[in-house]
Amino acid sequence: MADTTALLQFADKLKAKNAAWVTDVIDALGEVSIVVPREAIVDVCVELKDEHQFDLLADLCGADRGPEEDPRFVVNYHLFSTKHYGRLRLKVRVSEDDAKIHTVSHVWRTADWHERETYDLFGVVFENHPDLRRILLPSDFDGHALRKDYPLRGYEPYSMN
Amino acid sequence: MGLENKLFESLPEVLTVKLDAVVNWARKSSLWPATFGLACCAIEMMNTVSSRNDLSRFGAETFRASPRQADVMIVSGRVSRKMAPVLRRIYDQMPEPKWVISMGACATSGGVFDNYAIVQGVDKVVPVDVYVPGCPPRPEMLVHAITMLQDKIMKESTRERADTFEPESRTSTVPGTMPITEGTALERETEIEVAQNEVTRPYTVPARHERRRTH
Repeated sequence: MADTTALLQFADKLKAKNAAWVTDVIDALGEVSIVVPREAIVDVCVELKDEHQFDLLADLCGADRGPEEDPRFVVNYHLFSTKHYGRLRLKVRVSEDDAKIHTVSHVWRTADWHERETYDLFGVVFENHPDLRRILLPSDFDGHALRKDYPLRGYEPYSMN
Repeated sequence: MGLENKLFESLPEVLTVKLDAVVNWARKSSLWPATFGLACCAIEMMNTVSSRNDLSRFGAETFRASPRQADVMIVSGRVSRKMAPVLRRIYDQMPEPKWVISMGACATSGGVFDNYAIVQGVDKVVPVDVYVPGCPPRPEMLVHAITMLQDKIMKESTRERADTFEPESRTSTVPGTMPITEGTALERETEIEVAQNEVTRPYTVPARHERRRTH
């Protein structure tokens, strides 16, 4: 198992800077995930990018934990540093009723399309996003296809066979 | 001592034949497919023109990237709902006479992809002449489909195949698919029209010769 002590230091540094930034730290399978409250995500991202050399957003994706869960959605940020080669994951839990989160597309420009994809497939709204349109599904699509309660064949008239 | 010498010795200078027979013979002997490689079936389609299978034996090896120069569309692969209007537009851009081969299970019926993203059969978007089963079909099957299409062409009437202006087919889209005019004034007009008339966009408006075929 990979040594995660170096990565855990980033979580400690974040905590030292502002205790409200870190809700939880998950150290599993040689990977470190930091659970961040929704309000703090932009600050945490700016801090990690500017102070801790996480200059690459490798991926940004959504996850649906199921309609019975609350908070239902998780937005994952996979960070990578081309300076010290560390990988860090940020998790933000978002409830279904208030599925909104602030965009980080001004921090890493690559987040633009990733956030559009997450919005398209999960219906998580990224506030202040420059151009929040569907990116994969047709623009007049009904629903969000990767939600667990989305029927496989879609809604009418998409399910027309 | 060529075949021509023998032939012209025994034939008169003027020959009367059915126009359909000559025109159809010319058409079937030089089919120019438009490549519509959408998925893994396209690999088999490429193999069909390779030296092993040699589609040029049947006069259909000239694959064209431009629909303006093609008369057979080989739909090879699954058609996503977002691709459907693009496919329809490319079909509309092909001049008459034109034919469509639906290659493989996905293009024919959606195949294993029975879901919201895939059109359940390309015949909902364009009229299909020959269906090829298989996942993917072997190149021999595609060659067989082309020879079947050639048989079909020989039975056609030239008069039915006049190239006509079909404005209605230009606006046809599959419901739930993004118009390829996304973000343009035309799309906004269409959306307003759909909202005002409370209609859904039809799957496809049949082109002229499609309507004739059903009569």
